[in-house]
Amino acid sequence: MAKIAEKTDEILSMQHITKIYDNGFMANKDITFSIRKGEIHGLVGENGAGKSTLMKVLFGQETAEEGRILIDGKEVHITDPLAALDYGIGMVHQHFMLVPSLTVAENMVLGSEPKKGRLFFDYRKAVRMTKEIAEKYGLEVNPEKRVMDLSVGYKQRVEILKILLRGVRILLLDEPTAVLTPQETEELFIQLKNLRKNGFTIVFISHKLNEVKEICDRITVLRDGRVVGAADVADVTEQDISKMMVGRDISMDMEKKPAERGEKMLCVNHLGFTNMYGKKAVKDVSFDVCRGEIVGIAGVEGNGQSELARMLTGLEEIQEGIVTVNGKDMKKMSIRQIREEGVSFISEDRMTYDLATSVSIEENMISDRFYKKEYNRRGLMDREKIAEEADRLIEDYKVACDGRNAYMRTLSGGNMQKVITARECASNPSLLIASQPTRGIDVGATEFIRRKLIALRDQGTAVLLFSADLAEIMQISDRILVFYGGEIVAHITDAAQIDETILGEYMLNIRTQSREEIGGAVI
Amino acid sequence: MNELVNYIFSVGFANSIVRMSTPLIFVSMAAVLGAKANILCIAYEGMMLFAALGGVIGSAVFQNLFAGMLCGVLAGSIIAGLFAYFVLVLKTKDMLVGLALNTLGSGGTIFALYMLSGQKGSSISMNSLQFPSVAIPVIKDIPVLGDILSGHNLLTYLAYLSVVLVYVLLYKTPLGLRIRSVGENPDAAESVGTDIVKVKVIALMIGGILASFGGMFMSMGYTPYFTRDMMNGRGFNAIAAQNLGVGHPLLTMVCAMVFGMADAFGIALQTYRIPSQVASMVPYITTLLGLVIIGQAQKKKEKKRALMLGARE
Repeated sequence: MAKIAEKTDEILSMQHITKIYDNGFMANKDITFSIRKGEIHGLVGENGAGKSTLMKVLFGQETAEEGRILIDGKEVHITDPLAALDYGIGMVHQHFMLVPSLTVAENMVLGSEPKKGRLFFDYRKAVRMTKEIAEKYGLEVNPEKRVMDLSVGYKQRVEILKILLRGVRILLLDEPTAVLTPQETEELFIQLKNLRKNGFTIVFISHKLNEVKEICDRITVLRDGRVVGAADVADVTEQDISKMMVGRDISMDMEKKPAERGEKMLCVNHLGFTNMYGKKAVKDVSFDVCRGEIVGIAGVEGNGQSELARMLTGLEEIQEGIVTVNGKDMKKMSIRQIREEGVSFISEDRMTYDLATSVSIEENMISDRFYKKEYNRRGLMDREKIAEEADRLIEDYKVACDGRNAYMRTLSGGNMQKVITARECASNPSLLIASQPTRGIDVGATEFIRRKLIALRDQGTAVLLFSADLAEIMQISDRILVFYGGEIVAHITDAAQIDETILGEYMLNIRTQSREEIGGAVI
Repeated sequence: MNELVNYIFSVGFANSIVRMSTPLIFVSMAAVLGAKANILCIAYEGMMLFAALGGVIGSAVFQNLFAGMLCGVLAGSIIAGLFAYFVLVLKTKDMLVGLALNTLGSGGTIFALYMLSGQKGSSISMNSLQFPSVAIPVIKDIPVLGDILSGHNLLTYLAYLSVVLVYVLLYKTPLGLRIRSVGENPDAAESVGTDIVKVKVIALMIGGILASFGGMFMSMGYTPYFTRDMMNGRGFNAIAAQNLGVGHPLLTMVCAMVFGMADAFGIALQTYRIPSQVASMVPYITTLLGLVIIGQAQKKKEKKRALMLGARE
């Protein structure tokens, strides 16, 4: 009997969903997920756990290989977003689907414009419709404002209204708080609770546990594309959820000798960064990195790590504070000048910043130093010398390929990353800044690259490692800095001694450190 | 020199500006539609040439102005359609297609002209028709103003009317809203079910019709016959006018008239033994200067907006 009661309660259920991307990556593995009418359901998991993919399947942006979707107990086929809207499912994307130069009202009705006569667009009516729905759900907007003049939180409100206007019953919010300030987040929560009161069902995707705890009724936790658990939020603590999210069975063991810390290579002093939306993404960050040590930067993604990495690699201008490399101020240096100081980079977006996929492996291998004297002879490139070096690196780094002249795009992700690592390590850098060096690549290549980073450290290179992979951070770092909300919230002096759960708690800001402890990051 | 200055402040010169702006206004309105839909089309010269010759041939064959006009529009639309097919359907490079179609416009019209009339230079031997001049009742009797505004070719009045039409289309109709959204954020447009390619094709084809009228003015109004390469870069000047007018129909019209003035100035200079090339440079120098000014103003505006948003947090 109880079972039947529960069934009728279910407004939507996804059963045995399996999604495999074209490149063979299995993002969802046999996921069964259901939500009840009128609840706020948290879909929780680390980056890459498969949350977004699952929602894309539900919203018709991706097609699952297996599984079925039931709405009100009836099986439906959602082929595209418009079909999803017809079934009453709407999604608020992280990147807003708004046209900046149009007004709020125009954006609201785009695609189903009210008409005046047969030919003309009835703007007055659009404004009226916007006002009505905004008042009905207590989401205040000015219909005549242009979207480009709005703050991020305001835009999000317009997005929510937009799908409400289309008559949805189920709202999917993809990490809605990632772009918001704390105040805006609070406001959003009030609005969401209001919508729940009005009978709407909301799926809230997040990896911020305090938020999940505050606003959700139930949660489903994903890890590595699988469901690891579902629970009533009232029954679990943040620690429990954290354990479900990050809990790993075994971590690869890596032998390494204690770090022999040498002179300071990188000094970061009171660094701050305000992004183009006016949000303070990095706040007063100070730390040093010395020769012979690996400093790991941990944190849930979106807490300022990317911005920090971009500043340190010269991709973003330094707005506040001072960064010195090798004792020299970095502010006025070009990327080449930074590299000339013996700095190497592995960036988190390898397809954009690290590689040219339509040229050969050989050319990618020397792209950071082709201009140097030793690779040129009488104004032309010294092909022989370059070929020799490329062959040597391919062998040393065990790049699986059809020789040095193969196009970069023919390689697998792991081998591409090996080529990058080979290039960046071959110059014997004094400082290596590596962002997500093993993201999305196979276990073998991952291990190889991690060993390489440790080997570099042993040769006296200073290594700054950004990684979303907790195991990686713990395994190869000597010291760990934890980022939360754009700040360093913890400095772990001995990475080998830290417990994964405790680190996870720092990352989610459940556990905190004193100012003095954090200040220890500056040596 | 004194004579020249006198001429510039004369009624005749003002009248000349109104007339010379005609093709530029038509084509710059086409460019406005293209820019709003985010289509990089430079094939307007080709469209104008095809339409100019098409109108001449059509009116010569049928001895009917309306039939000639339809032929002209059809000929111009062929180029617009080819552009749409290659760029929007086959997704080839817009610049290359535009370049190729302009070359086709130039060579193709000369070829057709030779085949039909045996001449490569102009269509004087054909008995083609012209759009009539119109005297506007009341206004023609007002001193000065009547001389400036009245008595122009029918197409001149249509050109100014097209500004209003394009404005209404863009800002007062659902199609206009879609054209603007497709151009600015195609993802947003698509997410609410707009067929992006369809909207772009429509914008381009309406532009093709406008450009055709611009072409026909040259061969069936300004002069009574077709001459090879008679557009003289007007298709490009129109794109420049659209850029200077930041895509707004009314501002674009004003800029097109500035270029129209430069054209009128050039013709006046020729009579006063000053090389017309000097005057031909005016539109381009104006464009460069204008782009600098607008670029700077926009940068300032952006900065202000960013600061304002930042301060709100």
